[in-house]
Amino acid sequence: MALVLNEEQLMLRRSAMDFCKNTGPITHFRSLRDSKSADGFSRDVWKQMCELGWAGITVDEAYGGLAFGWQGLGVVMETLGTTLVPSPLLQTVALGASLIEQAGSEELKSKYLPSIISGDTLVSLALEEEGRHRPEMIMSIAEKNQDGWIANGRKVMVTDAHVADQMIIAVRTAGESDDTHGISLFMVPQDDPNLTITTSLLVDSRPVSAVSFNNLQVNDGQLLGEIDGGWKFLDQTLDKGRIILAAEMLGIATRSFEMTLDWLKEREQFGVPIGSFQALQHRASHMFSEIEVAKSAVYKALTALEEDPSSVPVLASMAKAIMGELLYLVTNEAVQMHGGIGVTDEHDIGFYIKRARVAEMTFGDSVFHRDRYATLQGY
Amino acid sequence: MKSVGGGRRPTYKNPETKVWLDLMAAKGWTAPEWPTKYGGGGLSRQEHMILQEEMARLKCRSPLSSFGIWMLGPALLEFASEEQKLEHLPKITKGEIRWCQGYSEPNAGSDLASLQCKADDMGDHYMLNGSKVWTSYADYSDMMFCLVRTDFKNKHKGISFVLLDMDDPGVKAVPIQLISGNSPFCETFLTNVKVPKVNRIGEEGFGWTIAKALLQHERTMIGDLGSHQELAPLSVLAQKYTQSQEGKLLDRVLRDKIAQIDMKNDAFQLTMQKFREETEAGQPPGPAASMFKYYGTELNKEKYELMLNIIGYQSLGWEGELFNETELKTTRDWLRTKGNSIEGGTSEIQLNIISRRVLGLPDGGKR
Repeated sequence: MALVLNEEQLMLRRSAMDFCKNTGPITHFRSLRDSKSADGFSRDVWKQMCELGWAGITVDEAYGGLAFGWQGLGVVMETLGTTLVPSPLLQTVALGASLIEQAGSEELKSKYLPSIISGDTLVSLALEEEGRHRPEMIMSIAEKNQDGWIANGRKVMVTDAHVADQMIIAVRTAGESDDTHGISLFMVPQDDPNLTITTSLLVDSRPVSAVSFNNLQVNDGQLLGEIDGGWKFLDQTLDKGRIILAAEMLGIATRSFEMTLDWLKEREQFGVPIGSFQALQHRASHMFSEIEVAKSAVYKALTALEEDPSSVPVLASMAKAIMGELLYLVTNEAVQMHGGIGVTDEHDIGFYIKRARVAEMTFGDSVFHRDRYATLQGY
Repeated sequence: MKSVGGGRRPTYKNPETKVWLDLMAAKGWTAPEWPTKYGGGGLSRQEHMILQEEMARLKCRSPLSSFGIWMLGPALLEFASEEQKLEHLPKITKGEIRWCQGYSEPNAGSDLASLQCKADDMGDHYMLNGSKVWTSYADYSDMMFCLVRTDFKNKHKGISFVLLDMDDPGVKAVPIQLISGNSPFCETFLTNVKVPKVNRIGEEGFGWTIAKALLQHERTMIGDLGSHQELAPLSVLAQKYTQSQEGKLLDRVLRDKIAQIDMKNDAFQLTMQKFREETEAGQPPGPAASMFKYYGTELNKEKYELMLNIIGYQSLGWEGELFNETELKTTRDWLRTKGNSIEGGTSEIQLNIISRRVLGLPDGGKR
């Protein structure tokens, strides 16, 4: 059981760290924000990521992927989290490519996986319908007609819908509104005229969309998995997304803490560095301990994706819940310990607390995941 | 945590316990990572982990657990002379000698280096006078590893590390009753106790360095205490004492809190495991020990507070037939956990150490 990275994974981390230093430093994110980038990320930077093979890290070699595994993608996402590099990796690779590879027909796989890996196809999952994460609560409906199914509904908090080439929509083809049975997944071209995409900006300066579909025609060839049987794949894919997001959150927490530590050593008041005050030292040491423990939860969950699929749901919820609590602690303390400069836009620490809250709620907050964990454990 | 097995006046739960100890000791598996010439098993860290996994799978209990194995042994391996290792280590692995620790004094707690127990140089031996406190199971021990002052002018460099015999007529151990009602600790009075100089580990004045290294082993051990308790899972306890429907707890607040503690506990165990994977056999734990000590003991306290909440009124008993054995034990153990974040260096001392030795924060002055 590898809780410690192996040599190949360490090399990948070094390569990702170089990338963040040279191509994606925090100033990169700031300039995207300042220029009000409509995409929310840089196409050029994405191209470079794809050239490094990152879009194919988890994909089977048969489709041109690296088959390097989820720990590899986790290492990359953790590192990108340290400088908040925005990219389609989470939506297109962790969710999109994974869903297509697990549930897609051979035709869909050979059509889309290679072009995802090359960076030419972006994918976005349209799932949520409520004001908080409730993945089984799907009221959008697809009804059988002579050409396949006709879908109507509305999705919220959809990431990357504004730039995606393909949307994956989760719709109800049977059952009640919160049944896990009766959910079906379809791939739909994003430019279908029956899709309406309304895009706004989130607090972390990343675009988010609401996606409405009105008499949207879909057919068998667009189906991922079986009709009414999409939940199994959706649930598995969401766990991958949760774990990969938890890895990004770990990077955010680690970097916020490092910045805070630097500040404690550098900032002088009363003629001494403020980091010499015990009141601050103890809070810093407490955060350090919490980070170390949370790190183990994330690495364990990443390992389980390769080695122990049956334990993934429990470990995904554990990683996401623990990271959510950690990030809440660390980003709040980071802003407070920075003092006045911490609440200015000029300082980068504000970017971290903003991204943190979005990541905390995405795919389920800590309360959601403790509830899920308890249910999975039989209480 | 009471030593299991061994000592000059051993008591065993049953004859099989002794057979198990002797058979394991013969293979050196009471101290699997120690070199074979000192009675250890000579295993690598990885081999040791495999042994642990197999023992856990077969539900074997540890043949011998003692302060000699957890604390003194590693320090001797690092700092003692070859003669001293050959003299003391095999007796530890065979369970022939039980050790206690003479560190704290009535006026030297968190500021341990201010200790005053003096050792006068009498040529071939030292004469010890003073008192030690929080000496765990001193009343059951054969020998004590002890910090003494050999120089009153130098705070840290005036401390030496010696081994004394508890059978010396000048040693008197008096048990201390704790809030839990138990007496796992003693105050130990030393009056003209003779210690041969061959029983000094390291040079005179080198004791503080040894003491700190040994404390790291102690802290890792205390931090890990929570995982060795044979407790029913919190959820099972809650299913027994609170309302549930097909196992699902109806008190949502309690259920959320249990999930939180369960997850923290799992993640902490993983962190200890990760640390063991990262370090080689025999390597001292370093300042990470402070993190384990701090996190493990604070978490264990939280866990016991939650257990009281779960058990409700039945957790408030002290003695008598209205309460069952498990309930009474839980209450006593809850009180005992309060000491875990104090003994072996308080949580606050651990946070100080992390600040300075791990995070590199500047020294804030006197402490």
